[in-house]
Amino acid sequence: MRFQLIGVNHKSAPLELRERLAIPESRLPDTCRDLTAYPGIEEGMVISTCNRVEIVTLTTNGHADLRGFLHDHFHLKPEELDAHLYEFREKDAVRHLFRVASSLDSMVVGEAQILGQVKEAYATARAVGAVRGQLDQLFSRAFAVAKRVRSETAVGSSSVSVASVAVELAKKIFGTLQGKNVFIVGAGKMSELAARHLMAHGCASIFVSNRTYERAVGLAQKFNGQAIKFDDLYATCDRADIVITSTGSPKAIFRREHGEQFLARRKNRPMFFIDIAVPRDVSPEMAKLDGIFTYDIDDLQQAVTSHVADRRKEAELAEAIITGEVERFEARLQTLDVVPTIVSLQDHLETIRQAEIDRVRGRMGQLTPEQEIAIEALTRGIINKVMHTPITTLKTAAKESEATMVVDVVRRLFNLRDKETTPPEKKNEVGTRQ
Amino acid sequence: MSLLWLRFALGCYFVGLVYAFVALTRTSDLFSRVALHAASLGIVFHFVSLTELFLSGQVAWASVHNAESLLAFLSMAFFMLIYAIYQTTSPGVVVFPVVFFLTFVAAVGEQPVLLTQFVSHKGWLAAHIFLIFIGYAALLVSFGASLLYLLQERRLKAKKSTSLISFLPALEVIDQIGYRSLLLGFPFMTLGLLTGSVVAISTYGHLDFLDPKILLSVLMWAVYMLMVFTRWNSGWRGRRAAFLATFAFAAALAAWAANYFSAIHRFGAS
Repeated sequence: MRFQLIGVNHKSAPLELRERLAIPESRLPDTCRDLTAYPGIEEGMVISTCNRVEIVTLTTNGHADLRGFLHDHFHLKPEELDAHLYEFREKDAVRHLFRVASSLDSMVVGEAQILGQVKEAYATARAVGAVRGQLDQLFSRAFAVAKRVRSETAVGSSSVSVASVAVELAKKIFGTLQGKNVFIVGAGKMSELAARHLMAHGCASIFVSNRTYERAVGLAQKFNGQAIKFDDLYATCDRADIVITSTGSPKAIFRREHGEQFLARRKNRPMFFIDIAVPRDVSPEMAKLDGIFTYDIDDLQQAVTSHVADRRKEAELAEAIITGEVERFEARLQTLDVVPTIVSLQDHLETIRQAEIDRVRGRMGQLTPEQEIAIEALTRGIINKVMHTPITTLKTAAKESEATMVVDVVRRLFNLRDKETTPPEKKNEVGTRQ
Repeated sequence: MSLLWLRFALGCYFVGLVYAFVALTRTSDLFSRVALHAASLGIVFHFVSLTELFLSGQVAWASVHNAESLLAFLSMAFFMLIYAIYQTTSPGVVVFPVVFFLTFVAAVGEQPVLLTQFVSHKGWLAAHIFLIFIGYAALLVSFGASLLYLLQERRLKAKKSTSLISFLPALEVIDQIGYRSLLLGFPFMTLGLLTGSVVAISTYGHLDFLDPKILLSVLMWAVYMLMVFTRWNSGWRGRRAAFLATFAFAAALAAWAANYFSAIHRFGAS
């Protein structure tokens, strides 16, 4: 296994750094291409969400300079970045990826969004050809593991997610959500989900504003809400008790002076800002105002730590599943290596050939050395000719994603047993025979 | 006999007092239930104590200790009312200690000294005391709520409340408790002051506005009105409201303390 993974997440790096590392969706394909062009990297992909930026690669020798790639790509100095990085290799990289996909490494353990985000990242990388062989295997397996964790443990089944945490916090402020108004700024999936939760808990009406007005209209229609032109945002925002903001704006769009205006118009009734944008949409100065409550992505994490305890047991179960899956994947990857299969195939046929010659020799009586050599050459020649195509196919398959399938078929067809170790000289022999 | 019942009540309120201190550091459902039951039992004893006092025929409302006892009772009744509406014992954090203190002074005190000056205006006097004490009780709860509001606001702002469950109700619920208490208490306080003035005028013929009791009472009322106004007009809450509530509460305490040096408003001449 020559997997190598490097990254930062919500635990290792502050929001400020993650903001700088975040890669917009539009630039992901290019980043993947850059990655595979980097020395020592065969395959690679990038997972960039608001909680993590991770680079997963298949390297040529297991020692690619991924840190160097990050420094170059983001123009960051090692001292700014390195302290926040984590790096995993081989088995550990596999385990980490399985944990990420299964949402065990998430801010809100068990939340379902991360799997979708990893799948999207995978699709992007696959489309540009950055993921082909073993990395493809790894991700397919990671998705299967995530599915297994979800169905076999209760990690993802209870209501904990950023959205439901937001609902709980809103309840802590407003008591009941009946009759409260929600304002969505920036029509994203996360905010839509949060809004759905809030509406389910009794919120009265919804306003949607987006830089692209049509998207606002589209989302507003889903909720029977009202679309607001982005220019009217500040004039109407005070009508909402809960504001969910997730725009891609590089600068804060809600600043202290806006908060002051809102409060004055609302007669100081409290307002709750749920800021799920990275970089943040609500300036930290806002939170200093009495009656304005701001929770950004990192705050939500703190708020959910209490829920984590409830899930610890389930998470332990999930970790056990993952440990088993890592072992299985490792074993599987070993079978992926086609050489052992070729060797066993050769051994198998050689045994048959020897047995057949021995049987025939008994019937034919004493043979001259010339005859011995002729029979030897004949049988060997037949086997080599017959085996040529399957072995070539196996070798080609090793470079493709369907290697497992082909290896499985061959092993089953010839009823080959797994051999733990193959003596090196035999491997060489195989090589020379080709 | 009434003193004995009062001491029983005091014992019950003690549980509430302990609760008030514990609730600030940890949340225990069981303990808040125990405190609630103890408080309910206490209020029953307290009621019996006050009834006996009334039936004993002595019109002793105007004694310091009986007045304290009555105020404690009304505050507790107010707390129960809030519990009935909002199902929260959290205002007890402020109410219980005050009630305990008032009941304690009343229960261990000497035999009440009678106030004889106002005998001719018994009805007005009783009305004055009742009304103004309901006002006090409301003010106390409102003051407590504003402190709890601050506490809850701070917890939400600090974002460190690792547990989403806590003994504090939602911020807006606390706010409502405070505001409604304020609104409810205001007419009582106003009427209480008016009836007090009636008693004073009919006794002395005029109102001496320079008397500390009257001065402080008017000040308290003015702050009270300011609180209601700022809240109604610009929705003041949080820090500013807590500041005002503290001021009003301090003014109320001062007005109460003025009983000891006012020329016209005394509990029995000694």
